[in-house]
This record gives sequence, C-alpha cells and structure tokens, in this order.
Amino acid sequence: MTRAERRKAFWDRNRKSGGYLLRKKTKGVLFRIGRGILLFGLCFLILQPLIQKLCVSFMTEMDLYDTTIVSVPRHFSTQAYTITWRLYKGIPTFVRSLVLSAGVALLQMLSCTLVGYGFARYKFPLKKVLFACVILTLIVPPTTIITPLFLYFGDFDILGIIKWITGSSKGLNLQGKALPYLMMCATCAGYKAGLYIYMMRQHFRNEPKELEEAAYVDGCGRLRTFFQILLPGARPMMVSCFLFAFVWQWTDQIYTRIFFPTNTWDLVSTKLYNIVNLFDGENKARFGMGYVTQTAYSNQIQATGSLIALVPLLVIYVVAQKSFVESISQSGIKG
Amino acid sequence: MESEKTVLDNVSEAAETITDAAVAEAEEVKEEAMDVLSETTDAEAEAEEVIEEIAEEADAEAEEAASAAAAVVTSRKTSSQGPRKKHKNLARGNAIAGFLFVLPFIIGFLLFLVYPLGMSVRMSLSKVSATSNGLSFSSVGFWEPGSNFYKIFREEKDFIEAFVNELKRMLLFVPGILVFSFFMATLLNQEFKGRAAVRAIYFLPVILASGVFLGLDANNPLISNVKEAMRAENSFSNITNTLEKILLTGETGNKFFQYVIDIVGQVYDIAMASGIQIIVFLSGLQTIPPSMYEAAKMEGCTGWESFWKITWPLIKAMVLVNIVYTLIDFFTRTDSTLMKLISDTLLIRFEYGKVAAMSWSYFVIIAAVLGVSALIFSRGVYYND
Repeated sequence: MTRAERRKAFWDRNRKSGGYLLRKKTKGVLFRIGRGILLFGLCFLILQPLIQKLCVSFMTEMDLYDTTIVSVPRHFSTQAYTITWRLYKGIPTFVRSLVLSAGVALLQMLSCTLVGYGFARYKFPLKKVLFACVILTLIVPPTTIITPLFLYFGDFDILGIIKWITGSSKGLNLQGKALPYLMMCATCAGYKAGLYIYMMRQHFRNEPKELEEAAYVDGCGRLRTFFQILLPGARPMMVSCFLFAFVWQWTDQIYTRIFFPTNTWDLVSTKLYNIVNLFDGENKARFGMGYVTQTAYSNQIQATGSLIALVPLLVIYVVAQKSFVESISQSGIKG
Repeated sequence: MESEKTVLDNVSEAAETITDAAVAEAEEVKEEAMDVLSETTDAEAEAEEVIEEIAEEADAEAEEAASAAAAVVTSRKTSSQGPRKKHKNLARGNAIAGFLFVLPFIIGFLLFLVYPLGMSVRMSLSKVSATSNGLSFSSVGFWEPGSNFYKIFREEKDFIEAFVNELKRMLLFVPGILVFSFFMATLLNQEFKGRAAVRAIYFLPVILASGVFLGLDANNPLISNVKEAMRAENSFSNITNTLEKILLTGETGNKFFQYVIDIVGQVYDIAMASGIQIIVFLSGLQTIPPSMYEAAKMEGCTGWESFWKITWPLIKAMVLVNIVYTLIDFFTRTDSTLMKLISDTLLIRFEYGKVAAMSWSYFVIIAAVLGVSALIFSRGVYYND
C-alpha cells in the first residue's frame, strides 16, 4: 500500500467514525509529546548536577571566576584532577576503601542471608518479637548509639570473659581498628543490616516450600538443605545485598568516621567529606596562613572529588543495574 | 514391552499390598499394645516408647517389602503414621535450628544495639564528665532543672526549633515523595522508546543520594552561602516566581498554594530521595494483570475510574511499604539541621548527656510518627496473593 493510499484509507475511516479516529490519534500524539518533554525534563533534573560537576572539573582556575562561562570550559585543563588525586593520596586510599567495602559487604551479606533464612522458614518462640527487633534496628538513628558504641569499644568486653582471660581490670581497646566494625557486620549490626535481613527474608519466603520438603524426604539434613538446595537459588538476591552493602559502605561516613579515624585510615568517603578543609589546609601551608581559598575553587575541587569517588559506583551500577532494581521489586511484593 | 510393564505393575502391586499389610499389622500391634498398656498404670511416655519401637519394626518390615518394587512404592512409607514423639522432636529441632540461624542477629542486637541504647539512656539521665580514667556519670534525673531533658526543651531554643523544622519538612517531603514516585512509576510503566535508559537514570539516585554525597553541599558552609545568595538574586527574574506571585495574591487557598509551591521548589530533593520508592511502586504496578484493565475498558470504564477501582486497591500495600520506608529514610538522613546540631554538640562541645537526651527524644518521636502512620495506612490493605 502506498502512502497516498494509506492516507486515503485513514480519512475514509475517519469520516465513517464521525471524526472520532482523528481526535483519538491527535490526543495520542499530544500525550506522547507531553510525556516525552516531561520525561526529558525530569531526567535532566537528575543528571544536571553530574553534568555540571563534570564541566566544572575541567576548568582552569581562571575560568571559574569568569562569569561569562556557564558550563563549557574555555581553557581545558585536568589540573583539578591532579590536585584532587593528591588530596585523596591516590591509589592506596582507593584500594583500602575497596577492600574494606568488599569485606564489610561480604560479611553483611553472609550473616544477613543466614538470619533471613531463619526468619523465613523456621518457627521458634519469640520469632515475632525478634523480627520486630530487626525493624527496630532500622529505625534507630545512628547518632543515638554511636557515642556509646565508640566508648564501648574503648573498653571492650563481653560479660567479663575477656577480662577473665587476660586477667587485667580493663577490657580491650579496639578504638581505631577495623575489628569492631567487622564484628558488627558479622552479627548483623552493621549499617542498614535490617534492610538486608528483610530482603533475604522476602526472598526465602517466596521460594516454594516443596523444595525443602523434597530435600528432607530424600534424607538431606537442615544445613545441607540450606547450603545445597536454597543457597544456589538465592544467589541473585545475595548479589544484590552485596552490591547495596558495598555502595552504602563506600559512601558511608557516619560509622566510618567513628570507627576509622582519619589520621590513620585514608578512606574515600572520609577524605571526600573533608576535602574542602584539606584543600584549604594545603593552600594555607603553601601560601601562608593569610591565604583565603576562593569558594569557587574549593567548590571545583569538591566536584572533582565526588566525581572520582563516583566512578567505581557508576561502573558497578551500569554493570549490575538489574540486580539493584530486581531485588527491590522482589522484596516490595507482599510487603 | 507390554508384558514387562504388566510384570512390573504386578510386582509393585504386590509390594503395595505387602506394605499395606505390614502397616496394618503395625497398626494392630500398636492398638494391642495401647490396650494392654492402658490397662496397666504405666506412664504415657513409656507406652509411646514401646509403640515407637514396634512401629519402627513395622516400618523396617515395610521397607523390606517395598525394596522389592521400584522407588515409587517406597514413597508410601513416609505416609505411614510416624509416632507422635517424632513430630515433637521435629518441632523442637526446627526451633533450635531456627534459633541457630538467627543467632548472629541476636548476638549483634544485644551487644551492639541494646547495650549502647542502655548506655545512652543512662547518659541522657546523668551529667557526664570526662575524667582521667574514662567517663564518670552523676545522676541528674529526668525533669529537674539542670537535667539534660530540661535543658534541651526549656533552656535552649535550638533543639526545639530544629525539631519543629524537621517535622515541618517531613509534612512537605513525605507526601511529595510518595506522589512523585507514584507518578513516575506510572509513567515508567508505559511503553515507549528508550524506557530502559530512562529507568536507569531514575534509579540512579539510589547511588547518588547516599551517604557522603548527600551531605556534601550542606556541610560546606561556603558553598551553601553562595547558593542562598544566588537564589535570592534570581528570585525576580523567572517565570515560576511570577506564577507564584499571581497564585498567592488570591484570597482563598493561599496556604494550599504555598504548600504546593514549596513542594515544587524542592522537586530536585524529592526526585533524589525517591529512587527506591519508584521501584517499589513500579513492581507493584507490574503485578496487576493487564487483562483487568482490558475488561474494565470493555465495560466502559474511563481511565480515572479504572485507576480508583483497580490500580489503587491493588497498590495500597505498596503505599504502606513506601510510607514506612520514606519515613525511616527521611528521619535517619544525615544532612538535616537536627542531625547537624546533634553531631556538633557531640564533636565540638562534647556534651554527651545532652546528645543522648536529644537523640532519645528524636527517636521516640520517630517511633510515634511511624507507628501512627503505619496504623492509619495499614487499614484496608489488600494483599494480591
């Protein structure tokens, strides 16, 4: 059918329907245009700060003060990246952050999978109360417990056992070490652990019960059933938990600031948190105490710093976007 | 082939009858044992033990018989009545196993949450002073002049001000986030070109608005000052402000318009905070079968009607999940003025007692708000199982 014929057929049909077809078609097109504009605008809203940061990070200091330059730099330079990279102390910081985040995420994933399975499949006394406690851990603002935790780890002891072993009147001083936080992660007390427990529980609840029943009938023990039958199926959800824990640990600065003091532990999140002060301090050391760092300049360093810190996360997000989205949509179902 | 099959059938039939006979025998023996034992004054437990033994024997017999036939027949064995005691053991074993699975959480909860919380209660009720060997506490009571709670609620205005601001922001943000994320979810649920890319961009805030990135601008006093200045400078030169002025000159609905305008002004913050909520709504929308809408359309339902009659009832559970999540997310944010006040009091002024009192008052209010809203919205939630 040629174009002219099709057009003719359309007008014929339109006449037969008394103008309804044309109206419907126009409405559809207008709706699609409106939706397109809206979606574009809203996407731009989210991406704009990123784009702006990217543009700013490539400017020279001179460009920053030039009011005629809004986003595209006139003098292209990577100077900001060199400065920021130096402030971050380069690769060691990133490797340390990577190892720490991966370790924390791994521990959280493993412990939360176990606990989530326990809540999903077994009946035991006080189960409801305990699950309410899981929700409670989500609600407690970290600031409430962070001071006592910090003090607690300065004089760490469990029911007097450690004092009894070492024979001294003081517990262990674990401040400034990685161990306390790793212990917290291994016992589901890390950052947002309640959420991961919830996610794993939702996953196991949605698995068919027949799976385990078949395993039990065939003489599989409880542990073996869990490790051989249920864990393989739970792998996607575990990966999601791992990714979330990784990302949130990478960017976390509440727990990190308390447990990993900045002077001994260079981590991406704490470095980024202090980057403006670090930059100011560096300038003061170089040009004398009277030097005032320009806002636009420190702003540029901060933008560059966030971009560098974001790169690994964006890579993860692009590669594993599906796991992020699907885990949440799965656990949202059935509330 | 045929004959082979019949032979097999015969064998399995035979095995079945043997098994049945064995089971029946076991039953009879059991009954007899019961009768005998009920006559004597022996304890129930002993009787059960004997029964178990007999039943096990019978089971073994049945097994022998069944092993002659294929595995199909053996599955019957499991359906022959196991002794009651075994059930009890199973239940107890399950309870123990469940406890063991959940044990890490229990340990962590007691050590790293209950203990610090208890200590923080103690701190909030006492005057904490640092000495050479750690901290010393001296009790000041709950509501006497000089106690921490009295100080933060009566003597210092900062806390109450930050608190009220936070609650006001909540009234602005939480409905805004819910409406926005629902709107976005319906948009993203439709078919159009490049949907995957748009979705990916919309879920980006899950990463972008986390932890240190979130509070970065707020923590930098220089930048936030500049921002305020820029906002003030621009406020006469754009179309939204003109529109705002026109809307606000009217007599009626002034407050409502102000509210809407406030929300629109915060649209960036709202969009950044609603990544997860969009996903939850989207997954909820996708569980609604399209055939429902088709049927409604055939019956002459308009889009508006089918929204209230189909979408809304089925999405209500998601609304509850999102309300709870949004509230938790909102209150545990680190970039609020209240959190800043708390961490300043902690890290600059070292007033542990006051910090504990502030965090506890905050925590109690959060729990109350969460409880009330969960109660209100959990009524009439329908689960589409």
